[in-house]
Order: sequence, then structure tokens, then C-alpha cells
Amino acid sequence: MSKRRDMRGQALEAAAGNGLIDRRALLGRGAMIAGAMGASLGSSAAAAAEPLTEEPWSLEFGNRTTPYQVPSKFEAKVVRTLSNPKHELRNSHSRTPHHLLEGTTTPNGLHFTINHGGIPDIDPEKHQLVIHGLVKRPLEFTLETLSRYPMTSRVTFVECGGNSAPMFSPEPLQETVQALHGLASCAEWTGVKLSTLLEETGIDPRAKWLIAEGADSPHVSRSVPMKKALDDAMIALYQNGERLMPGNGYPMRLLLPGYEGNMNVKFLRRIKLVEQPAFSMYESRTYAPILPNGKAYQFYFLQEVKSFITFPSHGQTLKGPGLYEISGIAYSGTGRIEKVMISADGGQSWAQAALQEPVLSKAFTRFRLPWHWDGGPAALQSRAWDESGEVQPTRAEFIVARGELAKPPPVLGFNNQHYNSITSWGVGSNGEVKHVYA
Amino acid sequence: MFTPKRAISTASLLLAMATGAALAETPNFGKPIDEAAIAPWDISIMPDGTGLPKGSGTPSQGAPIFAEKCAACHGDNGKGGEAIALISDRELIGINAAQKTIRNFWPYSTTVFDFIRRAMPFQMPHSLGDDEVYALTAYILAGNKLIGPNDTMDAQTLPKVKMPYRDNFIIRFPDRI
Repeated sequence: MSKRRDMRGQALEAAAGNGLIDRRALLGRGAMIAGAMGASLGSSAAAAAEPLTEEPWSLEFGNRTTPYQVPSKFEAKVVRTLSNPKHELRNSHSRTPHHLLEGTTTPNGLHFTINHGGIPDIDPEKHQLVIHGLVKRPLEFTLETLSRYPMTSRVTFVECGGNSAPMFSPEPLQETVQALHGLASCAEWTGVKLSTLLEETGIDPRAKWLIAEGADSPHVSRSVPMKKALDDAMIALYQNGERLMPGNGYPMRLLLPGYEGNMNVKFLRRIKLVEQPAFSMYESRTYAPILPNGKAYQFYFLQEVKSFITFPSHGQTLKGPGLYEISGIAYSGTGRIEKVMISADGGQSWAQAALQEPVLSKAFTRFRLPWHWDGGPAALQSRAWDESGEVQPTRAEFIVARGELAKPPPVLGFNNQHYNSITSWGVGSNGEVKHVYA
Repeated sequence: MFTPKRAISTASLLLAMATGAALAETPNFGKPIDEAAIAPWDISIMPDGTGLPKGSGTPSQGAPIFAEKCAACHGDNGKGGEAIALISDRELIGINAAQKTIRNFWPYSTTVFDFIRRAMPFQMPHSLGDDEVYALTAYILAGNKLIGPNDTMDAQTLPKVKMPYRDNFIIRFPDRI
């Protein structure tokens, strides 16, 4: 492995092929490394900077303060993409722009949503939640009464079971990380543990499932095992500190950390404890992936360990050789991310990425790794491991088990579900980044 | 954020845990409600037919309702339009979810009734009476040759309809159930 030297002449260990640098090189020394890299390439030969001047905004009284602030007008492109912008009578998806965000918290206005019958305009004063069926005593709760229970907060991702579905294509669709993986987001959710409310209703021992149902017009409903309900399920009332966004289930939703988004029933108004699952439309049909052998999975539930690089990613252009920081997101429905490995040569060699603390169970984990791009072709990949021993499969492994489509699907289609294999971004010598299979 | 109310409930909870009196000390703000009072909301239908309402319908009763209220999106005779086909002889080919139909994939006929009643038509949800939902269910099942053209669907007959793909499902993570 080659060595480069920082400004103090200390060696920067190459951690893997095609320019990947040891993750520890960045800790507190990023600026020095950048300087060293620039010097080594001779790109610091630019003319000295112009004398500084005042801009108009520094010479006038600024804008008014608004009650609810919104991002700078210069950030107008940082928005969700919409699958149903004309609001036709069908479902609507909005996708998170991962390539334009950093860190691990998805801002509420950019959290992905899927709604099947529009977004209901719920009056929180009139919303009710009932818990009934195989309970000792059925109970009704309002937002006000729920707000008096002990609250708990947890950071967790929510991901649609159909996120990344375009990756079942036999050819890499030329689409951004937003289009491919934008149906996953991460927030801090605050609410009441479902087990607290079930203690109050009492549970008939025959209850093995619950049916959760929303107050939206299609009354979206899903069956959830009591095992999950009594583990870490929550009635979420707050999202990143404020009340839930309307598209995310205002005024309350079921939160099932690590389980497919559709089960996290929004606008939650009814929970019925039952012996058997209801086989609702979404669990019978939509989120039951067909397998290559002609069978189909049922009750998939889990969002399995996944990672993808957000920078550099499809549609972006690197402005010349030099030092870059590869950055991305990893998460798993089965625990904490333990390790993320990065390759710049299509999987021939791997270097371990730095994980941003805190690393939380079932939450987005930001990974980063310094990379010296030499201007030649590169194929960037990330691969994640979680604490329960689950490993993100390679595409080859994944396809053997789960198959691929005969033809490229529409990018907005959900032509199969629960895809969690590796994403590859190819960097051309012109710096353009494209989606590739490597 | 540390209100007196919160302080009290936290304190009582700690006490409950300390004394092992787990049930007695929950905040108890839930309001008791009878199943009869919940009934207007309880639209859950199980594969064995539990929850199916009174009423009935036949394919021929369903045909005009379908033409009037469903065909605009689902196409004439349910062959598909802006919305998916409901009557189709398409087979599953490969892993493509777009090939799924009621006939070739849905494991239980009760789900047809359940989804029509809870969600359809999209522009006027919950506007159909139970007889109409039975009739539409019968129309769709007969069109898919899952029942005969003169069969009546009701709470007894609907759960008995055998769906062809039912035995092809594999529970993904049995230990999570």
C-alpha cells in the first residue's frame, strides 16, 4: 500500500485500493490532510486570493424573523420528489433527498411519506384511539389523555418495505440516491410505549396479534405480532421535538422500530387484539415479495441491514482529482450498526469507515471515509454489518436468493420489495458519478 | 417540560416498580368503552369470516354497481385502467409484483370484501352498503372464475372460497410471530 505524507511529514496510510485512506487519518487532522494532498498534486498553485470586499447583506438591516422559520431561499432545491404531484386519486410518495443532507436526522419537512388516500386533516381535539378486542377492558384515549402518560423518546429510522425496489432491475437505473433509496428517513420520535397502554387494558392471553388501523380514508390496517407490541412499540406523538407532520401520521402513529414503514400505521385510531392476523390487503398482497422459485414471503416485517453512499452519488460531479470524504448512511432493523466497509474498486479491496457517534440501534448511522481520487475510474461501494451478526449481502448473493426482474422497471414502481443489497456508484475520469452494478 | 403532573406520574410509576405493583399504578387515563360503542369503527374481517356483516350479493347484482362506481378507474369489466386490473387471467411470471392479481396471489377472499369496504371507491370511501360490497366481491370473484356466475356471497359462503395461491406463502421470520 502506498503512503502519502501530511504537512508534518507523517505518513497517511492507504487503507484499501484506489485511494481509500485510513479512517483515523481524518480525526482532527482533516485540514492538514487536505493541504498535504493539494500540495502533492500541485493544485495549490492557484493565484493568491483576491482582496476581501463587503457584500450587500452585510451593509443593510436583514430580513424579518418569522414565527416558523424555513430554509434559505438558496436551498430551494433541497426538497422531496413527488410521485403524484397532481394529487390524483391514488397513492402519493415523497422521497428524502439523501444526497443533499448530512448527519443522521431527517428534517421533518423532508421525511419521506407514502399516503394511500391523501393526507387527512385531523382535528386533534376530536381524534380518538381505542384499544379493544382480546383485552380485559376496552379503553379510549385522546391526545390530551395520552399526553399525560410517561413519555419516551427514541431515534429510529422508518423505511418503506418497497424502498430500493428499483435495484431489482437487471440494469442499473440511472437515478439518484433519492429516487433509489429515498423512502427511508430517520427522526427522534416521542410518545407513549404501547405496552404501558396495554397494561391498562389488560391482555387476554389468547391475543397473539393486534390489528392497527388509521383514521385516513382507506383506513390502512396492518396486523402486528404481540411480541413486537410488547417489545419496543410506541404511540408516537412527536417527531424531532414537534408534533407529527400531517403526512407522517398527525396526531399519532404506531411506531415499530425496524419494521416496514407500512406497519407503522399513521393517524392511528384503533388497535384490536386478536388471535390471528387479518390478512389485510397490504400484508396479503403489497408487502409479500415473490421469490424466484414461485413462492412468496409473507409477514416479512424486518427492514434488514442496509447502507448506501450519499456522497459521491449518482448525478454529482467531482471537480478534479484530490481528497474527498465519502459519506453515507447505514441502518438495520436488527440492532446497531457495527461496521461499514468501503470499496473504491468495485469490491476488490475494502477499508473500514469511521462511524459517527452515537451509534444507535435501528437508527441511521453516518459513516465517512477519506478518499484520494486520482482521476481514474472508480466504483464506490459500502457494505454494513450489524451487532446481531447480519451482513448486507453483495448483489450477486442477493440475486441468487431473491431474483431480479426480467426488464428494467419504472423507477417509481414497486416491482418487488425488501431489497437491501450493495449500491455501487461509478466515477468516470470526467468526474461524473453514475449508478452502476459492480 | 418537567410539569407537576409528570412528576406525579413518574413518582407513582417508580413506586409501582419498587413495590412490584405493576398494574395498579398506571396513570389510568383511558376511558372505558363498550364493544358496542366501538362497533361502528370495528371493520376488521378475519380470514375465517369473523367480522363479516349481515347481507349478501351476487355477481349479477355487482355488475351494474361496478360499472357505475369502479370502472372509471379499474376499467370496463375490471380489466384495468388508471388503477390495477381486478379481473385478470394473468399468471405470475418471475418475481415481478406488477403481475400480482387477486386470482393469482391474494391468499384470502375475505380481503377483497375488507378492502372494498374500508377503502373504496377512493373518491367516496364508506359510501357502499354491505349488500353492495358483497355484490362487488361476488362480481370480482366470479370474473376471476373463483366462484360460479350465480353464487351468492355472504358471511357463510365468502370465507369458504379457496384462493389458488394460498399455500405458496413462506413466513419470513417465524420466530418474530
